[in-house]
Amino acid sequence: MSETVLRNEAAAAAGHDVPAPGPAPTPEPGQVPGTGLEPGRSLATVEIDSHALNFGPQHPAAHGVLRLVLEMDGEVVARADPHIGLLHRGTEKLIEYKTYMKAVPYFDRLDYVSPMCEEQAFALATEKLLGIDIPERAKWIRVMFAEITRVLNHLLNVTSFGLDVGALTPALWGYEEREKLMEFYEAASGARLHANYFRPGGVARDLPAGLTDRIAAWAETFPGFIDDLESLLTGNRIWKQRTVGIGVFSAEQALAWGFSGPNLRASGVPWDLRRAQPYDRYDQVSFNVPVARNGDCYDRYLVRVAEMRESVSIIKQALARMPDGPVTLQDHKITPPRRREMKRSMEALIHHFKLFTEGYHVPAGATYTAVESPKGEFAVYLVADGSNRPYRCKIRPTGFAHLQAMDEMARRHMLADAVAIIGSIDLVFGEVDR
Amino acid sequence: MADPDSIQPGPGASQPGPGQSGDGGGARRGVLGALSVTLSTTMPGVISAALEAGELVVRVERAALLALMTRLRDDPRFACEQMMDLCGVDFPERAERFEVVYNLLSVTRNHRVRVIVATDEVQPVASVHRIWPAATWWERECYDLFGVLFDGQPDLRRILTDYGFEGHPLRKDFPLTGYVEVRYDVDRRQVVYEPVKLTQDFRDFDFESPWEGMLTLPGDEKAHETRQGPQVRGAPGSGR
Repeated sequence: MSETVLRNEAAAAAGHDVPAPGPAPTPEPGQVPGTGLEPGRSLATVEIDSHALNFGPQHPAAHGVLRLVLEMDGEVVARADPHIGLLHRGTEKLIEYKTYMKAVPYFDRLDYVSPMCEEQAFALATEKLLGIDIPERAKWIRVMFAEITRVLNHLLNVTSFGLDVGALTPALWGYEEREKLMEFYEAASGARLHANYFRPGGVARDLPAGLTDRIAAWAETFPGFIDDLESLLTGNRIWKQRTVGIGVFSAEQALAWGFSGPNLRASGVPWDLRRAQPYDRYDQVSFNVPVARNGDCYDRYLVRVAEMRESVSIIKQALARMPDGPVTLQDHKITPPRRREMKRSMEALIHHFKLFTEGYHVPAGATYTAVESPKGEFAVYLVADGSNRPYRCKIRPTGFAHLQAMDEMARRHMLADAVAIIGSIDLVFGEVDR
Repeated sequence: MADPDSIQPGPGASQPGPGQSGDGGGARRGVLGALSVTLSTTMPGVISAALEAGELVVRVERAALLALMTRLRDDPRFACEQMMDLCGVDFPERAERFEVVYNLLSVTRNHRVRVIVATDEVQPVASVHRIWPAATWWERECYDLFGVLFDGQPDLRRILTDYGFEGHPLRKDFPLTGYVEVRYDVDRRQVVYEPVKLTQDFRDFDFESPWEGMLTLPGDEKAHETRQGPQVRGAPGSGR
């Protein structure tokens, strides 16, 4: 009980210690840096019970390779300094040396929990620079699989967040459910994780026969699974003690620190790119944008659970409204011709050869194209110079901004709460480090 | 390598693309156009403010950056509460080789503004971390990958590369393979850094035969225009 009280005090302290957005707090000019001491007082007379703690990079609750240097004041976090880049693979540099088509698989490997949404950002950016419009069926397939991806991502995050604070069962249940979704991935693209499915000009191939029926059947049963999952966590006393009032972030703070997605909505900002700046066919689906009020870890969890329910509704709408027709642009300068045509048509064969060696040329220009990935705003700033390779492909990772606020969120919290906060902001280091 | 100026889209590129409904209709484009006029007429130091492919792009002199950014956040017509992204772009042919690109978002007005400022290896750009605290890590990243300096940024450490890394890897003159590689040395029982040894030369295929460099082949103009729109400059050799 005393521990709970302590945590609440810590949270309250964090809540009151809110600087205005904009100017970051800096030490007063007369202060001894880093100590908060008046200049007249001697350092020698003050005992500072602080020590640095290395959290990670090999820690099960670090969600990958996060090295978090925590300055501890007893068991209370005084300062958090995340060190990232341990998974840096130079994706942006590599993409500059690849054709546009060969750049797509790199996006699967960024946020490997929600691969198709990352591909979508790149595909939309390239399509915008090319000035092409993809067929209707491809748009609906993208919407459907983007939502399947959202469920995949939220299932992993919610359940592993539970695991971080000691709830084992949700993770076991969640993985079973994720496996069903990965089978849909595999049926459509041939791969469970690194799909390479959304490509500039449409999607890689049409859905196999019977897949829509399987997805429809899954969509009928999945809300029941969410109910079961919620019965484990939402009302759970221990879960609430570990998450309510922890890592509180106000709407002003969340905006100033560049938050997006569920983390921003948990702080009370009703902002969703699918609604505000719709892409593909999100302008024709109806869904609710769940928004919470308190901006703590519990609200971030609640927003994600509510979003999964909305995703199921969007998947059902996509299934009902998906027309028949081609799934790629019928311009074989940009999308490969069908295998069957290549057996007969010389031109198709030449197109195929040219596409997979030289690729296509994208007119000079630049675009910043963002999608609402499950974690928030994932964007690509693509600069083309008229050649067959991107001149610059900046990837705007979502977790980068969220992790940056770790110091602000975790300050004056217990060490165990820092773990809960990391779990609640949904980090994947493939994306943060690129 | 392309002529650096050819990367600026031509005047026709501001036409909306045929299919992207994502940018909203003409109404938003009209609002952004009005904002661009406001910026180019009332803000000193703004070199240009225009719609490029439906996105509002503001080019500004380095000295005027902070005033512009403060206004973009505080002026209710812009209300850019969020700085979503900051990145560098390297154009080695230019006198000021780096572009620092800020992508701002207004969640209340639902628009994006892109601010571009040019600099080189030694001229610092004013840090905007007092306007948006989120800028700190982005500026660290830009410093790490390009070597752009940010004036007033108290925490200008490397962020993505290895501890003790030398060089700025996203510069165009930095080789893709880098200079050092690491491996675990069994005898010394530690990870060692060594110069990169390539077992075969780095292959960078040039697909630009003189024939291919012509985006529009003689007699093929009509097919080309229907594919990519008339604004494309298909001058020979404009590609890489």
